[in-house]
Amino acid sequence: MNDISVLTGGRAGDGINSAGLLVAHLFNQMGYQTYLYFDYPSLIKGGHNFTVTRAAERKIGSHRDRCDYLLALSQDSIDLHRDLIRNDTVVLFDSGRVHGEGQGVPVEEILNAEKAPPVMGNTCIIGAFAKAAGIPFEVVETVIRRQIPKDPEKNLVIAKKGYEAVHEKRVIPRAGDTCCPLLTGNEAIGLGLLHGGLDAFVAYPMTPTSNLLHFLAAVTDEFALTVVHPENEIAVMLMALGFSYAGKKTAVGTSGGGFCLMTEGFSFAGGSEVPIVVVMGQRTGPSTGLPTYTGQTDLQFILHAGQGEFPRLVVAPGDPEQAYVWSSIALSLAWKCQVPAVILVDKTLCEGTYSLDEKAIAVPATGGPEPPGNSGPYQRYAITENGISPMRYPPSRDAVIKVNSYTHDETGISTEKADMTVLMTEKRQRKAISLKGETDSLECVKTYGKTDASTAILCWGSTLPVCREVAEKRGFSVIQPVVLSPFPKEALHAALSGKREVIAVEENAYGQLRMLCTQHGIGVHHHVAKLDGRPFSVEELDARLKEVP
Amino acid sequence: MPSGNLITGAQNTWCPGCGNFTIQFALRTAIQGLVADGVPLENIVLVTGIGCHAKMGDYLDINSFYSIHGRTIPVATGIKLANPDLTVICCAGDGDAYAEGLDHLIFAAKRNSDITVIIHNNRVYGLTTGQYTPTSPLGFRGRSTPGGTQEEPFNPLTLMLASGAGFVARSTSRKMPHLAGVIGQGLRHKGFSFIDVLQVCATYFNMTELYDRKGYELSGHDPADFQAACRKAEEWDYNSDSSIAFGVFYREEKTCFEERFRRYPPSLDKREAQILAFLEKKR
Repeated sequence: MNDISVLTGGRAGDGINSAGLLVAHLFNQMGYQTYLYFDYPSLIKGGHNFTVTRAAERKIGSHRDRCDYLLALSQDSIDLHRDLIRNDTVVLFDSGRVHGEGQGVPVEEILNAEKAPPVMGNTCIIGAFAKAAGIPFEVVETVIRRQIPKDPEKNLVIAKKGYEAVHEKRVIPRAGDTCCPLLTGNEAIGLGLLHGGLDAFVAYPMTPTSNLLHFLAAVTDEFALTVVHPENEIAVMLMALGFSYAGKKTAVGTSGGGFCLMTEGFSFAGGSEVPIVVVMGQRTGPSTGLPTYTGQTDLQFILHAGQGEFPRLVVAPGDPEQAYVWSSIALSLAWKCQVPAVILVDKTLCEGTYSLDEKAIAVPATGGPEPPGNSGPYQRYAITENGISPMRYPPSRDAVIKVNSYTHDETGISTEKADMTVLMTEKRQRKAISLKGETDSLECVKTYGKTDASTAILCWGSTLPVCREVAEKRGFSVIQPVVLSPFPKEALHAALSGKREVIAVEENAYGQLRMLCTQHGIGVHHHVAKLDGRPFSVEELDARLKEVP
Repeated sequence: MPSGNLITGAQNTWCPGCGNFTIQFALRTAIQGLVADGVPLENIVLVTGIGCHAKMGDYLDINSFYSIHGRTIPVATGIKLANPDLTVICCAGDGDAYAEGLDHLIFAAKRNSDITVIIHNNRVYGLTTGQYTPTSPLGFRGRSTPGGTQEEPFNPLTLMLASGAGFVARSTSRKMPHLAGVIGQGLRHKGFSFIDVLQVCATYFNMTELYDRKGYELSGHDPADFQAACRKAEEWDYNSDSSIAFGVFYREEKTCFEERFRRYPPSLDKREAQILAFLEKKR
């Protein structure tokens, strides 16, 4: 089984993410499954950026601690990754900038000869890579024509010069004929929201969800979508709630710091029952932390954010297929149950690029909201058996639609009466039960690997693919609650029955999922933490699991 | 079904003599004027903040969004952008719009969002029992500043003029017909309308005497003249004892925020096909 890793490195501004993505597309055209990890510091020019593009003959979603090909556009790309370079690593480098052992490519000379801009240097090194890896130039041409709409002809000339500058070293055979769409997690989330009927997206830029804003802002006409970037996250949340009140299915995107500013509006959404979806991309905290690195440290924050008690939906997809499906579901259920919903993801998933399994993105039907009845005067907060009141939007003839941050009566007028306060709290509690009924009817806990294994890895979010890969190797099963609120206690209990050892793998220090399980009487025996802001590699997780007593 | 007089059955809890009564009746008169002009009542939405003013959301029998402190304007911007056919009014306090949510006020003026913002500027926090606000005079003795404030007020009119507001007006709860007229003009102005209403707080900051003695209605002022508007706005700095003008200081029609966005028909039929087309490009 071929399993290939290509490290592409350069300075910020060199287009390293694009280069890594082109490598992924070459593999895609060669019939491989791919995964792309992008590592970059928080700066615009200079610094060391690198991608690891991995290709395998089965579905993957994690990187490995190895490097079969190294494409170096900067000296750091060699110097900082020496531990990965082995005797058989094929090293290709920009001979004008880098001293190394391997094959040099005179990138600057080639670009100058063609009067091409410096950013085309990555096309040049990609051409060289294709030659060294025995990938036919037709494949390079296909990829460039499909993926570089801006001046493909010049890029092809540059790629060809790069192709001709080196020798074939280590041939990558064709693995098949199918090629998949390559999507980032952000794109999968955006498409899932669009599938769910998204009308408007409001966001202030913040890594790792800025690219979701960029993606949606670029497709407004195709998808009949309104995208707004307001003055700050407080405005984002309140503007979005204005959209929701006026009948538009709306989502916001942010990271932990931005969500801190949104929490007062989030509590408003909970209390006033105005639906909203928050795409919450975690990064390394606390505070500004490592802005461009990953983490899973905000679960407990998200579960408790906002003053007061109110039901909320929290879903944590682990791969792009789940991101697509559960983003659609989150939007639908937020509107059906009139609750705030959070799609809790992280930098690894948001900014990673994956081969999408199109067969795994069928979205189960959740059913729409019940149509408002016509008996009696309209009451926005009518007391109902399932806790969900008919929701209408202005303009609505013969209806006065009042939503209210204060404790309110059925018409939406403020009240301080004790009995009404209790009635409205109980209504929201019944709504929480309705919401749990909805999520319990879906596959809210996923099980992978050897189902009858006595040891289970318990994980949530983006660590799913690496956990699956390591579990497969070690004969473990993997159990992943996709829904974290309302907590799928029964389903998780059933999934864990018969497991003698349960090991929680989380990229946080406190063991936040483990805490949540314990709170619900579900025992977790071990906790494997990761604190450095980098996702687990396959080798690292394997080694860490070996240390578990 | 809204009641004919546009007043709900909610018990009114404003203090006797509160300026909010005047503003409520003036706003109702202005809304009735719009309805008489053919605007369906169900197309009108009121957004309120938190404070005494905000009870307007409970008392007026129209669509309302009783928001959180300082956050009327982003909500109103969202509602208007979501459905430009709606007439969106913000009632906000000076604590709301000038302290907690000042950023939104400036951005609404900058964007020229087609909403009408009425500031119940009583220059004191009433509901939290008497603290200074951004427009309280220097030395104001409130419960958080028993020795008097150490900062000068700012002038919301010059701030709005500097921020690009296309309709800048001031009135007072001491002049109900004038106030109703100014609100009516604000509601009919296409674009962002800002109305600072000097409101009497009967309990914590009763400026009745000052507003009656120093106040006068603008006449012979050309609201199309920006420089003249600036000079008039600077006449009183919310601190000194100079004359206080009431009326429309500035008016300019500009492209609205909402007009710059494309409006899409409500059909989502093509979504699945568009998603597949997008995936195809990513292959």
